[in-house]
Amino acid sequence: MGIIKSVKLAFDYLKYGEDESDVQKVRAIDDVTIDIEKGDFIAILGHNGSGKSTLAKHMNALLLPTEGTMWVDGIDTAKEPELWKVRQKAGMVFQNPDNQIIGSIVEEDVGFGPENMGVPTDEIWTRVEESLTKVGMIKHRDKSPNRLSGGQKQRVAIAGVVAMRPDCIVLDEPTAMLDPNGRQEVLRTVSELNEKENVTVILITHYMEEVIHADHVFVMDSGHVVMQGTPREIFSQVDRLKKLHLDVPQVTELAYELKKSGIDLPDGILTKEELVEELLRVSEKMKSKPQSKGTRSEKTSGGNKASGKARKKSNEREGTKK
Amino acid sequence: MFKDVTIGQYYPADSILHKLDPRVKFLGTVIFIVSVFLVRGFAGYAFVTAVLVTLIALSKVPFRFMLKGLRAILIILCITMIFNMFLTPGEVIFQKWIFKITREGVIQAVRMGVRLAYLVIGSSIMTLTTTPNQLTDAMESLFSPLKVVHAPVHEIAMMMSIALRFIPILMEETDKIMKAQIARGADFESGGIVKRIMNMIPLLVPLFVSAFRRANDLAMAMEARCYHGGEGRTQMKPLKYSGRDIVAYILIFGFLAACIFFRITRL
Amino acid sequence: MILELKNVSFTYSRGTTYSVKALDNINLSIDEGQFIGVIGHTGSGKSTLIQHLNGLMQPTEGQVFYEGQDIWGSTNPAEQGKKKVSKKNRYDLRSLRTHVGLVFQYPENQLFETDVISDVSFGPKNQGLDETEIRRRAEEALRQTGVAEKFWKVSPFELSGGQKRRVAIAGVLAMNPKVLILDEPTAGLDPQGRDDILDQIKKLHDERGITILLVSHSMEDVANYADRIIVVNDGKIAYDGTPKEVFSHYRELEQMGLAAPQTTYIVNELAERGMDVDTTATTITEAKESILKALLEKRQLRKGETFV
Repeated sequence: MGIIKSVKLAFDYLKYGEDESDVQKVRAIDDVTIDIEKGDFIAILGHNGSGKSTLAKHMNALLLPTEGTMWVDGIDTAKEPELWKVRQKAGMVFQNPDNQIIGSIVEEDVGFGPENMGVPTDEIWTRVEESLTKVGMIKHRDKSPNRLSGGQKQRVAIAGVVAMRPDCIVLDEPTAMLDPNGRQEVLRTVSELNEKENVTVILITHYMEEVIHADHVFVMDSGHVVMQGTPREIFSQVDRLKKLHLDVPQVTELAYELKKSGIDLPDGILTKEELVEELLRVSEKMKSKPQSKGTRSEKTSGGNKASGKARKKSNEREGTKK
Repeated sequence: MFKDVTIGQYYPADSILHKLDPRVKFLGTVIFIVSVFLVRGFAGYAFVTAVLVTLIALSKVPFRFMLKGLRAILIILCITMIFNMFLTPGEVIFQKWIFKITREGVIQAVRMGVRLAYLVIGSSIMTLTTTPNQLTDAMESLFSPLKVVHAPVHEIAMMMSIALRFIPILMEETDKIMKAQIARGADFESGGIVKRIMNMIPLLVPLFVSAFRRANDLAMAMEARCYHGGEGRTQMKPLKYSGRDIVAYILIFGFLAACIFFRITRL
Repeated sequence: MILELKNVSFTYSRGTTYSVKALDNINLSIDEGQFIGVIGHTGSGKSTLIQHLNGLMQPTEGQVFYEGQDIWGSTNPAEQGKKKVSKKNRYDLRSLRTHVGLVFQYPENQLFETDVISDVSFGPKNQGLDETEIRRRAEEALRQTGVAEKFWKVSPFELSGGQKRRVAIAGVLAMNPKVLILDEPTAGLDPQGRDDILDQIKKLHDERGITILLVSHSMEDVANYADRIIVVNDGKIAYDGTPKEVFSHYRELEQMGLAAPQTTYIVNELAERGMDVDTTATTITEAKESILKALLEKRQLRKGETFV
């Protein structure tokens, strides 16, 4: 069993109408079965209202399932009487940086979690120093959080979670309210924690650029997990993502558009560098190879399948153009 | 507009008063206030004044910061003095129509004025040398015996420190909402009292909505970080008395004893 | 020219040790009907700049003109040039704010009424219009921002994030402004919400001819919609021109903590590595066309070669 596992997880919330008696049950997530391995970098994508935040709150036992089960490090969250034991294992970072910082001084805020857990004073200090160093905020330890930038505040919030020494960190749209620089700061911090400290990271977001380095991606829509796989697998399905009202990174979209116009490119290109290399390769090929159809298809049969198929398609298109 | 308001008005400096344990300062302030009302004679006030001047010098906080607090209660100060002057019965030294000033009245007015002024200066020495957080810690620790009778001491202290953290944020938010409504043609400046109060609605409703949303978010964030009340909680910065705090306690009680002496001997 | 800034500087807490120069000698003119993207990182001074355009902030130096009139000067010619303006000759800033509408960041935080349409009516009501006109303007604004009629009588607090934002924008639009300034109108929205809002803004520009100033962090958005981009850095205007002109400085932009659209990097990298692409392509469509053209040209050239 992975660090976080759910089976047929469902959650209903109550919606109150004008009348007190007019109560509706709304299913926010339904039949969600996931299994997350320790040490992975997981991304959960979905538009607003897709249920991704509801799912995240189950991982931290802030919500308990209506149906199905959620295990965090083997603990069934519905059966644990002391929920804070679950919360210590799966720390959570929220969207609004202002509304999750409790302390009036950076280091005091980071110490808040350990204080609640009953960690002895000396050890709190070690943990606070350690986690502030890990997120690169140690030199701001004496400052008031009100004087930090959005990205810095989120890094303090992350440090606050790290100080609890969790096995996994769930970040619920941590970058939604930040500017591009702040967004990068937070992402860099999270990736470093994942790589260096082997902390399992579950990043919930609707910024597609943020998920390209993830090990595994889940896409949610109306409460269900509708797609999952590696970023490359997910981003090769540009049409499907667009139908789900999601973006693809500009690079991926450009590659996809070029491919549609007949250029021989592999599926799911994720970075600028990749696309540039691929385009130069295509350009080289066009220069060096004879134009006739016969020699071309011979060549491609030796190449990989995906690009072979694409090549055929592109030949057909160009054929019709002529 | 609201950014200039400083709450808690801590003045950072490196002084012996800044370094004292906040509990000492809190108790000391309470005792100082009691003493100000204890002494009655000239010698007594001279003594209290000398102590106060010494404290101001020790705090390394510019005197004008303490006067700021005084300015805020200037009206109360004046009213108290005037009432005392006219309404104390005794030997009449000045009379016109129904107003008469008595000798006792003048003495009483001066005494009340000095008491109030010293009270404010004394407590601002405490707030200027103690961070709001230290102050809430001190209160939690000093009132912790009340936990026996199930008084929510920890919760109240927690609420106070959260309030202190969010006041500047809400101030800034007020400023933003105000600007947004002004951009929609709102007018916060003209009209009579009723109209002005009505005009505040577009400011107050969003502010309350936002405050409640923040409270909700914060509660969730606290729970996510394992907050489950004061039980089993440790402290990152526990209050610990050092040598100088003991000395300070001895001085404070010495001061109290001296004031009681002045009271009894009516000096 | 509808708005003009002449040598405008603004210093926060002037005369104290905390004083910060947020704007430094800004000269800027905005023509009617333009769609302008304003770009700058947090703290660059762009928020301060836009608040000068509708008189919410008064410059510490320099002048702001709306339709040729100095908004901090006197309306009486005899008084012009004087520092102190008598009360009755002051420019009517409240009416200026109806002409130059400003939508703040997270504008849904300003909603306060019991239902959507009353909230949108707040602006026109402050303008002192009569009931029927207020109603007409509110309805028109709601339609133009794409708020469905079934939501008009609903409490604004019950709407989704994207809907709330539209209502808030409608609240400013209902004042019939000639210029609409939006400070990061898409912050915190998901891709769908973002596209919807930007398309609505584009429509307002195209159909109503409103001059738009769109403040954004996203180069991609600005490249797609604006016909002019102003880059603010350190309280100064660093670049002012068409998206193509501005993004050609993508290396300098990077040094300011900004970034050009990803496509700019790709076409530039390709060009550097010897491919004949148009380096000014800023949108996906432009980049696609240019790359296709470069690849196909190569083929034709090679065809020519085989002929020889």
